[in-house]
Amino acid sequence: MSFLQKTIPMLGALGRQHQHLRTVVGALPTSSRQYSSDPANDYANFPGAKAPFVSQLKLNLPEDYAPIPIYRVMDRDGFIADETQDPQLSREVVEKMFRDMLLLNTMDKILYESQRQGRISFYMTNFGEEASHIGSAAALEMRDLIYGQYREAGVLVWRGFRIDQFIDQCYGNVDDLGRGKQMPVHYGSRELNFVTISSPLSTQMPQAVGAAYAMKMKKGNDACVVCYFGEGAASEGDAHAAFNFAATLGCPVILFCRNNGFAISTPSHEQYKGDGIAGRGPMGYGIATIRVDGTDVFAVYNAMKLAREYVLKENKPVVFEALAYRVGHHSTSDDSTAYRTSEEIEVWNSTDNPISKLKRYMVHKGWFDEAEETAFIKDVRKKVLKQIAVSEKKLKPNWREMFEGVYAEMPEHLIEQQKELEKHLEAHKEHYPLKDFKQ
Amino acid sequence: MLSSKLAGLYLKRHLVTTLSVNYARSHFTYFPTATGPGKKMNMFNAINNAMDLALQNDESALLFGEDVGFGGVFRCSVNLRDKYGKDRVFNSPLCEQGIAGFAIGVANTGTTAIAEIQFADYIFPSFDQIVNEAAKYRYRSGDLFNCGSLTFRVPCGAVGHGALYHSQSPEAYFAHTPGLRVVVPRGPIKAKGLLLACFRDPNPCIVFEPKTLYRAAVEEVPTEYYTSELGKADVLREGNDVTLIGWGTQVHILLEAAELAKETLKVDCEVIDLVSILPWDTNTISKSAKKTGRVIIAHEAPFTQGFGSEIAAYIQEKCFLHLEAPVKRVTGWDTPFPHVFEPFYLPDKHRCLTAISDILHF
Repeated sequence: MSFLQKTIPMLGALGRQHQHLRTVVGALPTSSRQYSSDPANDYANFPGAKAPFVSQLKLNLPEDYAPIPIYRVMDRDGFIADETQDPQLSREVVEKMFRDMLLLNTMDKILYESQRQGRISFYMTNFGEEASHIGSAAALEMRDLIYGQYREAGVLVWRGFRIDQFIDQCYGNVDDLGRGKQMPVHYGSRELNFVTISSPLSTQMPQAVGAAYAMKMKKGNDACVVCYFGEGAASEGDAHAAFNFAATLGCPVILFCRNNGFAISTPSHEQYKGDGIAGRGPMGYGIATIRVDGTDVFAVYNAMKLAREYVLKENKPVVFEALAYRVGHHSTSDDSTAYRTSEEIEVWNSTDNPISKLKRYMVHKGWFDEAEETAFIKDVRKKVLKQIAVSEKKLKPNWREMFEGVYAEMPEHLIEQQKELEKHLEAHKEHYPLKDFKQ
Repeated sequence: MLSSKLAGLYLKRHLVTTLSVNYARSHFTYFPTATGPGKKMNMFNAINNAMDLALQNDESALLFGEDVGFGGVFRCSVNLRDKYGKDRVFNSPLCEQGIAGFAIGVANTGTTAIAEIQFADYIFPSFDQIVNEAAKYRYRSGDLFNCGSLTFRVPCGAVGHGALYHSQSPEAYFAHTPGLRVVVPRGPIKAKGLLLACFRDPNPCIVFEPKTLYRAAVEEVPTEYYTSELGKADVLREGNDVTLIGWGTQVHILLEAAELAKETLKVDCEVIDLVSILPWDTNTISKSAKKTGRVIIAHEAPFTQGFGSEIAAYIQEKCFLHLEAPVKRVTGWDTPFPHVFEPFYLPDKHRCLTAISDILHF
């Protein structure tokens, strides 16, 4: 192509742009464009961003932007602040919310202790975050697919995962759905549409986005994907990948951040400098965003309802940030008083605790019955303790299962390795805990 | 016409008799796999044909990666977006860990995911997703969840001038990961068969496609649907004296070296295309090693901890009493893959021929 041929269409394009500009700026003489004090109309043609030109140099400072506000329905005394925001949930639903939070809380306390006594190898509690689990789960449908991080056991409680299933997983016994292959609290349930937890942080995020895309492509899809992660996990590269893929590929996924202020010992101010995780949504990735009080079960519920409706209607993602406080230690391998005071923890354990907040609401409604609560907790304690005794006595799965599930079918080299171990165990059985395993 | 023939002959003699000092793109001569009637296709045509069939037969299948929408930087997905729509054949943002994670999620729902990583050299950002997630999904969930309907297509290997980040052969990194299938085609027919087999295989698969073969390798490829057996090596040339094992482009170098060894050393080499790196065909390899007693393994990837090490150790363990000489590995050197020094880096036919001669006189 000659230079001339190339320039003709280019000139044409310029001419067209010129014309467009003229229609926009009206009577403004073209020559004054470069000195224009009205830059808002002077839109650039760069493919990378749609924005006007300005003639004044300015650093865009984080301080120029107001933080995204925190939506709440209840105040800390359990009163609905704005009646129009009351989700008007039936007594039955609110009682289930309360009971599920209590169940999770009670089970956590006992399993935490049982780890301390060396009965299970590891545990992670959910203290302080019960409302974000229960409130979000309650706003979803069972067909919605959940990807979690590890501190979302309440979602499973809401969906009907049983005490024996939780505890069997922690013991990795013969009834563990995961076949004893993963550490405690790495739950999963096909039946409840809860994808099995894995330890590497944030890896579930782009996966959830991919699942949402595939679901969107299915005819008549009416299910979305919810992906939970902590604010620490949001620093991983996979979080960036997930946000960006979700936005660019139009995926019906709710990216639910549990911002509890700490990633093990690292406080959130050492995790990021922006406006939390929500701040990344609208301007950063072009994603609709909600920030809620994660200790307010109704706020989480309302926001999730809205988010679900939006992602399914628009086939677009939502960034959802639930602010709370990690009341418990990070895990049983952590003593959090090494990096924060017990006084600070206590505030979040009482005044701003999600369970006490809902309890106060129920008191105002006349739905709360102290005797019933005590009896419920007592009953759960009894069930959990009994289950621990049962689960710990159950045999572990057959050791041969160690070789199963690596591939859909066992390849020849694994069959051989299994046989090799079989022969070895036959000869040296006294050195192995075979009696604890199903034969 | 005549002059170009002469030039060709001269070039051939020149390459055979002396160490090549020109920077010719190819360091190998392509040996087509003989088959029945088909359509003349190069490797990217055959891959395109495989993906076309997959998208056609499986209406939910998705194809994505960087720049796949317009046809891919190697033209493998050309016309597929027009044919199947931008919802099924689409560009992803430039982020390998995202591509891999996204693909796993797609596969979690049972949908077929065909994900492209533009160059094998750039697969490392997705290493975590592939090794910790894809490979372990079924195992860790007690088979509640899996991502078996996922296949990664990854152009790999030397290309003449690719230097450090357009030449790597990272198969050995993945061969250390239980749960993955890793395969490498040697040409168009195999590429199509392996891809179609991987799309259907219930395990996450990585197909490393030697990119130098995309255009250089031309064969009569059957146009219908067919699959190549996974986990199975191909004996391409039978012989009784030395076993030569390779995969991808290296197979053609070994075939040429075997031909040269026949002519110059009067040696019958058995040439095996390993095809599958994981799980690999131990039976075919040990059978051949026991027959010949002498084994050479050649690959482009570096020597130390290359997949040749695994094969050599296995043969040593299983065929010890049959070996007449130590198992020899002819590989890339333990350096990054260099730019201008590529002719000195590659395990070319001269190094392979020398190894054959050495192993015979051990």
